[in-house]
Amino acid sequence: MEVCGSSNPTLREFGSEQNLLSRPDGSSSFVQGDTSVLAGVYGPAEVKVSKEIYDRATLEVVIQTKVGLPSVKERAREQCVRETCEAALLSTLNPRSSLTLILQVVHDDGSLLACFLNAACMALMDAGLPMSCLFAGVTCAIDGDGRIIIDPSAVQEKESRALMTFAIDSKERRVMMSSTKGSFTVHELHQCVAISQKASDNIFEFYRESVRRRYSKSV
Amino acid sequence: MRDTPLSNCERDFILKAIEEKRRLDGRQTYDYRNIKISFGTDYGCCFVDLGKTRVMAQVSCELITPKENRPNDGIMFFNIELSPMASPAFETGRQSELMVKLNRQLERCLRNSKCIDTESLCVVSGEKVWQIRVDVHLLNHDGNLMDATSIAAITALCHFRRPDVGIQGEDVTVYSTEERDPIPLSIYHMPISVSFSFFQQGTYLLVDPCDREERVMDGLLMIAMNKHREICSIQSSGGIMLLKDQVLRCSKIASVKVSEITELINRALENDKKVRKAGGRCGFAESMPQERITALKTHVSPLEMTDVEEKANEIVLRAEAPPQTVPSPVLPGPGTGQVGEGLQSSWGLEEEEEEEEEEEEEEEEQQHKAEEEVTCVAEEKRGVKMQPVPISRWQ
Repeated sequence: MEVCGSSNPTLREFGSEQNLLSRPDGSSSFVQGDTSVLAGVYGPAEVKVSKEIYDRATLEVVIQTKVGLPSVKERAREQCVRETCEAALLSTLNPRSSLTLILQVVHDDGSLLACFLNAACMALMDAGLPMSCLFAGVTCAIDGDGRIIIDPSAVQEKESRALMTFAIDSKERRVMMSSTKGSFTVHELHQCVAISQKASDNIFEFYRESVRRRYSKSV
Repeated sequence: MRDTPLSNCERDFILKAIEEKRRLDGRQTYDYRNIKISFGTDYGCCFVDLGKTRVMAQVSCELITPKENRPNDGIMFFNIELSPMASPAFETGRQSELMVKLNRQLERCLRNSKCIDTESLCVVSGEKVWQIRVDVHLLNHDGNLMDATSIAAITALCHFRRPDVGIQGEDVTVYSTEERDPIPLSIYHMPISVSFSFFQQGTYLLVDPCDREERVMDGLLMIAMNKHREICSIQSSGGIMLLKDQVLRCSKIASVKVSEITELINRALENDKKVRKAGGRCGFAESMPQERITALKTHVSPLEMTDVEEKANEIVLRAEAPPQTVPSPVLPGPGTGQVGEGLQSSWGLEEEEEEEEEEEEEEEEQQHKAEEEVTCVAEEKRGVKMQPVPISRWQ
């Protein structure tokens, strides 16, 4: 079982800023290489009677692309993000209320779904919503030679034969959500899961560092 | 989601303060908030911060057939998206009054003023012209959306580069960015809108109202002007009655503001051009302020891959064995495939004799087929007993 043909797999440089918008309760921007995403969270807030759930909060995810109207692809991604967030959020603490998460694409240079997940997690943290665990998104691509590329750019994604995104949780590094495209063997899938779990360590370290930096000065 | 309503005491406080010539954030009557313009990675993407109001504009282009009555003109398309991120009152999919108003104002400001040379967008007369599409996304609503939108739209149009086109007789080739440098749009002038808010039936005037001031204002006057002191569009809303000299005074103030803002836009475009020429990285990532406590950036980080192989092995060992594979499909005839046996009919019909006859016929047919087939896992199952084998475990 070969792991990663490339000798030094790397994540592109990433960065994040929290609380950059004044209106949303929580906001963040997450940048991975050239891919950047802006996330805003409103909640817990009033919910429409048609959408209310009696014992938990209703989470709604909206993805906005830069150009044109949202299509089915955006709806599918909204589902992926929503299911991950619902698994992580303690929504039973806020019954009959609404949580709205809005994700805006600022630039797409590959690994977009992973960037959505990371921005969503940081925005939910910024809004102070109670969560049972944090989550990180990692994208892997398998190119024509069978090599596994982590955090691919748009060019690498185009030339890949399979593309997988996993949401990994922070407590036990388990897979919360997976979204794949293309064909791959079961062995390749296991390798990618293992690699993503390793990569998520870096991202969780980053979350920890950002929060530590933010609260290093008492107001 | 509904926006929090403005309380009566807040309203009274703001109005009283305006009467005493004071504003909540300490500005003077004619002062604009801090305007910050930054650009994205690709051409035509621009961010404008007007105080806390944040707006993003993206310009894109496409080749389409022109309108029939104007075969030589390109088409400009404007779209303002009120993102639900900007305010809890904005909802997706609903065309609110504000959205229609902003869209119409932007169209009048940019399209009717003919600031872009649409004839230069023509490629083949009557067949192919460029459609320039401007999408403006409102990211944070803290008042004065119209001004921020107009600044973002015109800056993005100035920043945009369209692909170069070569025409050789009948053939039209569109060159990609790598083949030939993209060319900028030809822009005659830059119309920028300035908003004036009126209070107490036109007695008091404020330039660039913030969100709270907008909520208590009586009416709004929007003047779109360019730096050559030409008025491109005027709109008065809210039903306030204005005197002639009030409007003239506002237009004088607007011309001063517009020249300042145009200066700012040109400086930002120059800076961006310099950075791109020097080959530096430009984009949202770079414009992220590093000294802020709420921002953090890492560098390209290598991953620890030493024990990934063991981990992957572990996963395989711990995983359950995959379920028994379905027998490979059989082709009983051209255009039909068969996998498994199928379930027995559970309708409980009373014509059982006919069923039995059919079953017998089926048996004969299948045995016949079984002999013909060479490699088939199902073969064994068929040969053993005529029991229906479920294709999948349903429960």
